[in-house]
Amino acid sequence: MSTGVLGTEKRGIRELGAEEKVGWDEVTRGVVLNSFEGDASNVAHQKAEERQYADFNSYTATVASWRIIKPVYNRDICIDCQNCWVWCPDTSIISRDKQMLGIDYDHCKGCGVCVEVCPTNPKSLLMFSEAKEQEEALAEWPEKKKKEKK
Amino acid sequence: MAITSVKNLKEFSTANDRFEGSHLLCPGCAHSMIVRELMNATDDNLVVASSTGCLEVCTAVYPYTSWDTSWIHIGFENSATAASCAEAMYKARKKKGTLPNPDAPVKFVAFGGDGATYDIGFQWLSGAMERGHDFTYICLDNENYANTGGQRSSSTPIGASTSTAQAGTHSYGKTQKKKDIVAIMAAHGAPYVAQLAPNKWKSMAKGFQKALETEGPCFINTVSACTTEWKFDPKDTISITDLATDSLMFPIYEIINGTELNILYRPKNIIPVEDYLGAQGRYRHLFKPENRHVIERIQKDIDEKWEYLQRREEARV
Repeated sequence: MSTGVLGTEKRGIRELGAEEKVGWDEVTRGVVLNSFEGDASNVAHQKAEERQYADFNSYTATVASWRIIKPVYNRDICIDCQNCWVWCPDTSIISRDKQMLGIDYDHCKGCGVCVEVCPTNPKSLLMFSEAKEQEEALAEWPEKKKKEKK
Repeated sequence: MAITSVKNLKEFSTANDRFEGSHLLCPGCAHSMIVRELMNATDDNLVVASSTGCLEVCTAVYPYTSWDTSWIHIGFENSATAASCAEAMYKARKKKGTLPNPDAPVKFVAFGGDGATYDIGFQWLSGAMERGHDFTYICLDNENYANTGGQRSSSTPIGASTSTAQAGTHSYGKTQKKKDIVAIMAAHGAPYVAQLAPNKWKSMAKGFQKALETEGPCFINTVSACTTEWKFDPKDTISITDLATDSLMFPIYEIINGTELNILYRPKNIIPVEDYLGAQGRYRHLFKPENRHVIERIQKDIDEKWEYLQRREEARV
């Protein structure tokens, strides 16, 4: 087996020799990124914290630097409707046992969809500047809006 | 077969996400909402093929992958082919008894954008539907080639301004109507064809579960609001989709066995299409007096289509 100028052997790509025949149901591996370490057959029944993520999984990466505004979560007003969970495009709402636990700031891009779909009055999620501290934001929370009489 | 409960949103939220964050889709992109809703609706093993497009380039940027399932990237045109070939090989190896885990439920899913579905992969998709493989094809329809700068596709509706059909003094944007892909797929005699939207998460999850259970090729067209090319604020993705479904620009319906049509969502108050068009930058030019006739035409087309769908539902043919 020659490595050639491209160094195919080094890159882990198998060259087919004359004596080596591949059957129709054998696939030569291209580039494979494993999402998990070890056995991943039960992933659909595991929470994120129970999984063994490989370094290739984007769960281990962060896009926090994309944000200029961030959502802040107020547990006292939340009714656990899960609207934010279902419509979060970045899998950043942490929800366990039908309860909303908080926001995953590693994966949140600050789009603000969760705030828009929040049905409570006042909203239990609001957007604040990225630099603002959590406690400071919670202290500024608006009062309940009264219904305007028609 | 175990399948996640979609009875209500609280039950649904116990699903374990298999689509991870830190993908590079735009903030507020509807693609990832749709993929999450679909993948959370099942706990079967999935074999996913993605055509080139926003979803593919943004979820598999080396060295990261956002998919917790088997996933393959294939050319622009042939995600349907990849999924159907994987399905054929799976069946053959099951018959031969060479599968390591023959009892595990495996489902085959192909994702494509509207460019890959309506235009470039149309022939391949049609072929896979005709061969009758047991797979589900999901089209993420954002009505343009958003990944390459918003060129027109045959899914772009009339009047929309795109980078290759720009509105200006002599043009009101795209002059041709949108292709009716759902009807074309139903005409293949596919056992399950549907048009769904991410704001109606229940019909989305149920529709996908139905497609997975159904043997044979299934097609789902989903409306994916594109914050970059439709030109609206990222936070408004869901409200824009609400306007789309309530103005009946995107009616939500399914067609079973190519004939039996069911409307899955009837808006309580049908809103004029102007509200939907006015919320997006790509239609701004239509509100000039000389382009008003295009809005009237869009409204007329929508009314006719809705009338047609209702009649088809009633007639059961």
